[in-house]
Amino acid sequence: MEGTSEKLSPASMLSKINIRAWVSRVPLLGWLIGALVAVGLEMAIGTPLARALGLYKAPALFGFAIMLKKPMLIPGAVLYLSLIYLLPIGLIARFGSAALNKLAAKLADFSTVFSILLHLALLYLTLHLWSGMSDYRVLVVKLALIAVIVTLSLNVINGYMGEFSCSHPGFMALGAYATSVFTVSLFVNDKLFGAALLPAAMGPFFFPIALFLGGVTASIGAMIVAIPSFRTRGDYLAIISLAFMFIVKSLIENLEVVGGPRGLGSQPDWANLPTVFLITVICIWIINNFVRSTLGKALNAVRDNEMAADAMTVNTRRTKFLAFLFAAFWAGVAGGLFAHVLRYVNPSTFGIQKLAEVLAMVYFGGLNSVYGAIVGATSISLLGEVLRPLEIFKWIIIPLLLILVMIFRPTGLIAFKEFDAKKLIQPKNRTP
Amino acid sequence: MVFLQNLINALQWGSFYALIALGYSMVYSILMLFNFAHGDIFMVGAYIGFGVASALIALTAMGAFALPGWLILVLTIIFSMFLTSFVGMIVERVGYRPLREAPRASAAITGLMIGIILETGNLALFGAQRVSFPSMINTVTYNMGGVFVTNKKIMIVVVSLLLATGLHQFIRHTRYGMAMRAMAFDYVVVPLMGVPLNTMAAMTFALGSALAAAAGILFGVAYPVLDPYMGILIGWKAFVAAILGGRGSIVGATLAGFLLGFIEIFVAMIFPSTLRDLIAYSIVLLILVFKPHGFFGEAYSARLRL
Repeated sequence: MEGTSEKLSPASMLSKINIRAWVSRVPLLGWLIGALVAVGLEMAIGTPLARALGLYKAPALFGFAIMLKKPMLIPGAVLYLSLIYLLPIGLIARFGSAALNKLAAKLADFSTVFSILLHLALLYLTLHLWSGMSDYRVLVVKLALIAVIVTLSLNVINGYMGEFSCSHPGFMALGAYATSVFTVSLFVNDKLFGAALLPAAMGPFFFPIALFLGGVTASIGAMIVAIPSFRTRGDYLAIISLAFMFIVKSLIENLEVVGGPRGLGSQPDWANLPTVFLITVICIWIINNFVRSTLGKALNAVRDNEMAADAMTVNTRRTKFLAFLFAAFWAGVAGGLFAHVLRYVNPSTFGIQKLAEVLAMVYFGGLNSVYGAIVGATSISLLGEVLRPLEIFKWIIIPLLLILVMIFRPTGLIAFKEFDAKKLIQPKNRTP
Repeated sequence: MVFLQNLINALQWGSFYALIALGYSMVYSILMLFNFAHGDIFMVGAYIGFGVASALIALTAMGAFALPGWLILVLTIIFSMFLTSFVGMIVERVGYRPLREAPRASAAITGLMIGIILETGNLALFGAQRVSFPSMINTVTYNMGGVFVTNKKIMIVVVSLLLATGLHQFIRHTRYGMAMRAMAFDYVVVPLMGVPLNTMAAMTFALGSALAAAAGILFGVAYPVLDPYMGILIGWKAFVAAILGGRGSIVGATLAGFLLGFIEIFVAMIFPSTLRDLIAYSIVLLILVFKPHGFFGEAYSARLRL
């Protein structure tokens, strides 16, 4: 971004007002406000506009489902998409960028923390209002946010530590079941665990504790993979983690206490959008700090050359151990959230399919990069929803896309890039 | 008696794993990569075998020529191995050749994705209902002092052992086999000596896929129900066997395939069969903890590319 616009002289900048140049001058604040305005517009005139354009109702996910199902409605859906989303966002980005850059500069100078919080609040408000228009959107947003947590935590192992770990569905399953058992046994009148032990009103306060317990359970399980990783790397560790995944799945299928292969249901409905959003933000913050800390750099050293890292006083065993436990913790938290969003878990959810999905998200977005994990998780999970009307052909298009990405960018779209919130909120017209 | 009976079942079950594991192991020894689409190539091989067998049976029924059942089976195996080897070469061309210089994990992802495409493509072509594999030879059961052996079981074990031995001889005693061994020794320097890497890689994929097709047809003979997802579980387990045998070791992969078959059958004999995967994988995990390089694997070298 810096390279394209700032190095040009003012004269050549005038002559080169192209889309790329002005897009690169819009601060994050501009995009967020544009999105908020677009959402407001949709709330105000979405339904009448959709009717006027010949659509039955406002399209739930940017109209792609309608376009794929009924090709006759494509013009209407495209028009709706551009009128409601593209036009307001584009206008605000184009004409508001000067004022918004000033505002962003003031905010950044006033207080970085405040500015970041304001950006997050704007993002949350946009998501809340946008998803408030249909239950389907709420579910899609929640699942996308959970996918971000899982992808980030897997990126710690597969990207930053450079192992090929296949155990993440297993960690998720441990977290999902531990959290569900905690909440269902304490707060729900249930066939498996009997009457509730505590009043349901206290429940939401215990939900963070439940998630924490889920994460800790996953961490304890991760020791089974972490300890062999001292002696072996690469393919053998991949097999150990794969075996771990199958063991967890098979263990849960054989545990009649938690429902066995029938699964465990009736989780309380506590994983609402603010909770999931908050936990995702906390996860991004903590994982970003983790990978930028000394320990995170030690992880990179272990990946690039374990012996050299050892010679440079990196405690490789401790590093690997902590990285596995840390990544498993967040996978467990994500599993707990997943169980409470769907309010039902089944051991067969956490199998090879889930593994392929999570690996696809990590490698699509990019290794060794928090941006990459966020982009990969959201784009693959949204793509999965958007292409749903294609039914099984969805599973030809997404893999093809991934193969193309792998061929042309083998480490993923945004790999090896540091995530810096301070840089993200900066106004975009400053010369560095 | 029960023990002997299970021994025979385990030999049959293990021969599928062994044949598929050979494909994983060969690709690994040359390219240092795993072909994660291999389980699905096994599935495609079984479907191609189904097509070839149906065509041959239909031609016989129409009176074009009169072939005995066992000859149809032999011809099916040969034709399907030939046809499926092209599937393997296409997989190599699309998913692996463009990624020679990329990190190994990227090639693993393309392999996984090609596997998903093969499954879904099959589902789109044939629909969700299962296909039943035509029976070409009649089952004859021999009672050997209380142990029941069918001619199919004997045929499966013998054919898979023959194929494994044939592969071993090919690798030991031919020029191409020597080139493959050299490539496995050092795939950076050997191409500089005039051994074409691309040809060798394509040939390895073709050989592995042919063996997977044979395994698919034998599987179809033993369990005559095919579905598009049959390759997933068997493929991943054969992958485990290939690792267990030691990387790139042909003998190791065969033995480990049979070993995995034995573990699974005997676990199911002693414990409830729902515990089969749990205990089998726990044993695999324990073996790898105490023998981290498999049975026939060399110690870990610095050839890892990521």
